[in-house]
Amino acid sequence: MSDLAKFRAEARAWIEENCPTSCRGENSFLPDMVWGGRRQTFEHDDVKLWLDRLIEKGWTVPTWPQEYGGAGLTDAERDIVLQEMSAAGTRSPLFSFGIAMLAPALMEFASEEQKLKFLPPIARGEIRWCQGYSEPGAGSDLASLQTRAVKEGDEYIVNGQKIWTSDANLSDWIFCLVRTEPQASKHEGISFLLIDMETPGVSTSPIELISGASPFCQTFFEDVRVPTSHLIGEENKGWTVAKRLLQHERGMLSAYTRGARINPTEQITKFARRELGDADGRLTDQAVRDELTQLAFDRLCYEATLQRTMDAAEAGKGMGPESSMFKLYLSELGQREADLRQRIAGRHALVWQGEDCPPQEKELTRGWLYNQASTILGGTSEIQLNIIAKRVLGLPD
Amino acid sequence: MQMILTEEQELLRDSVASFAQDKCDVGQLRALRNQMTGPGFDEALWKDAAELGWLGIPFSEDYGGLGLGYAELGIVLEELGKKLVNLPILSSIVMGGGAIARGGTEALKTALLPGICDGSVLSTLAYQETNRHNPYFVETSAEMIDDTWVLSGRKVLVLDGTDADHIVLLARSSNGATDRDGLSLFVVPCDANGLVRKRNILLDSRVAATIELDNVKVGATTLLGRADEAADIVDLVLAQSAIALSAEMLGGIQQAFDTTLEYLKLREQFGAKIGSFQALKHRAARWFCELELTRSIVMKALRAIDEGSDDLVQLASVCKARASSAFHQSGKEGIQMHGGIGVTDEMDIGFFFKRARVTEMLLGDAGFHRNAYAALSAY
Ligand SMILES: Cc1cc2nc3c(=O)[nH]c(=O)nc-3n(C[C@H](O)[C@H](O)[C@H](O)COP(=O)(O)OP(=O)(O)OC[C@H]3O[C@@H](n4cnc5c(N)ncnc54)[C@H](O)[C@@H]3O)c2cc1C
Repeated sequence: MSDLAKFRAEARAWIEENCPTSCRGENSFLPDMVWGGRRQTFEHDDVKLWLDRLIEKGWTVPTWPQEYGGAGLTDAERDIVLQEMSAAGTRSPLFSFGIAMLAPALMEFASEEQKLKFLPPIARGEIRWCQGYSEPGAGSDLASLQTRAVKEGDEYIVNGQKIWTSDANLSDWIFCLVRTEPQASKHEGISFLLIDMETPGVSTSPIELISGASPFCQTFFEDVRVPTSHLIGEENKGWTVAKRLLQHERGMLSAYTRGARINPTEQITKFARRELGDADGRLTDQAVRDELTQLAFDRLCYEATLQRTMDAAEAGKGMGPESSMFKLYLSELGQREADLRQRIAGRHALVWQGEDCPPQEKELTRGWLYNQASTILGGTSEIQLNIIAKRVLGLPD
Repeated sequence: MQMILTEEQELLRDSVASFAQDKCDVGQLRALRNQMTGPGFDEALWKDAAELGWLGIPFSEDYGGLGLGYAELGIVLEELGKKLVNLPILSSIVMGGGAIARGGTEALKTALLPGICDGSVLSTLAYQETNRHNPYFVETSAEMIDDTWVLSGRKVLVLDGTDADHIVLLARSSNGATDRDGLSLFVVPCDANGLVRKRNILLDSRVAATIELDNVKVGATTLLGRADEAADIVDLVLAQSAIALSAEMLGGIQQAFDTTLEYLKLREQFGAKIGSFQALKHRAARWFCELELTRSIVMKALRAIDEGSDDLVQLASVCKARASSAFHQSGKEGIQMHGGIGVTDEMDIGFFFKRARVTEMLLGDAGFHRNAYAALSAY
């Protein structure tokens, strides 16, 4: 037996032995995502048990080195683990900004000491991270940020305000862009700091979205003292770290639906059949059918492109600024899907609340509203187009 | 199969690219569009293609082919597509030859495929009768009389039909005009009595014939597959044709894009390169996304032919629809971003626009394929 075949057999056996049946299959207890952190609670003990075992095994982040909480697997071995989990109808539910965005940046830019301090708690889902980039005056033009950090001995004193910080009120730590050199040109004086949200002077205040949810906050810093050992990379060189992290963010946003259990096209098709009816097996509404098929085509083409990119990455040709293309395309596609679903539902999707209004209808309305954010967050569509034009196509300024 | 090129495939791509660079010129289309007699393509170029072995790529070595697949043929088509090279590869290798390879008896394959592989025999597929693509609509009749098939009817848009030595003809042997059942395929020599060909030059300078058959008689051995049951073969042949055509279209899309991108970096107005204007930048960026999506689905679909995937026909629809809309966009944006010079005959970009229109409609446009896909997916 080849080493990989042996590995596969072992992986399968381990999953078989360790994954509770309640965490497998269609009616699995596993929530879509477990974000982790100090405030994490579990509705089902089995989910916690399964997660603990995955953590123990290093399989929440299989390719990370063991000293950082991973299992040190190769990409090929990781693929096998994912395949075997998927075959068993299960997966690792742990998902976080820490794993997808911060950790890759730490691997590249942090000191060994910092890696040993910050990576294992991410792998174990103990610390939940949020992203302190945007400010009221610095959105698309992120580098114009003003939050100030002044060095005093072995501490920085941080003052300023962040905005749109997703889940800041649920998070334990924040990775933050601050200005350490106000005289320098705007990209030069920025530093990348890690801040414990429990430090005195940090406060958050939720902002309500058009959907009624409040998934993001304003985050305030008032004379917050941060040890200089929490600076990642060099002082005033934080923009390099920040940009790299944004690439990982776009990568994350474009991989969001991968591994998801529901195929959006199938879901809308089912929904359309139920809502609109069919004749001889075909949807009666031709306009909807045509739009639906176009969406199905676009998603298939998108997924083929992701596949091609991953195959290329495995062959050593990594993803660079093209990640902008994925972010742009997937967010718009997702919006078009949500929009069609909304229109198929007709009056049901127009209800905000009321006496004759089942929860799934409210969900539909709110989902559609919330979806409007996807072409804004993580860099707006226009900004992604700018990046493609400049970095991929080399068009002049 | 991985969605990247193997080393051998990269070598093939490079050799086709340098061949196209040296020997092919979009400008040739200016001469071909007025050529009402003689061959509809450059015969010397066809010989070269044959000698390089490209024509035999998808056929088994038993019949003189190379025993490779559509992943490889797609590379050839894409590279030639960049120069809008006009050679009967789609008609003879993919459509006519493809139908014979899929449905022919051993005797037919042995008799015809070696010639198709070495370029000495030209085949094509005559299936279309309606103005728009509608493959099961077949009124051309096939009747068995005294062990002989008698064929009568009219086929349109037969690619390279005036150059072909034989046509693979789709005819109706039973049932009504739009039924999927009751179709049969025949190999009909073009010099048969009662067969008349009319030459049309399309707006992309290529020849597509109208072929009329008036009681043309062919023997029982010319039948491909079983009588009345040709639809299964036709579905697959049209699917692989749509995918192969998409590969060629991809080349056209890439070239139109590259040419225009270069122009954006060159042309100045208002004291700046026009490529610095955000209105054009954003459109170029979206165009790039379309190009990449098209490339992905073309690669996937080509590999699906080689793997004999169950969902080949569906994938062909996804692929052809995407290639159609992307090529259309490429022609239009290409012209628009060139400004006035873009609509002159002097510039090559117009030929891409023209080829886009023809290929969009050939083998079904985006709307046709959306509907076909939805029907196959039962919605
Ligand atoms: C749901 C949600 C969650 C978020 N989570 C976080 C988070 O966790 N952490 C964080 O730091 N931030 C977060 N953000 C903030 C997000 O990154 C910003 O909203 C985004 O970068 C846009 O900035 P802005 O809102 O200031 O818009 P602006 O930059 O003011 O943009 C306004 C409009 O102008 C356009 N525009 C701006 N500049 C250009 C240009 N150069 N060319 C063409 N058009 C341009 C934009 O595309 C947009 O259409 C989140 C946002 C949302 C909606």
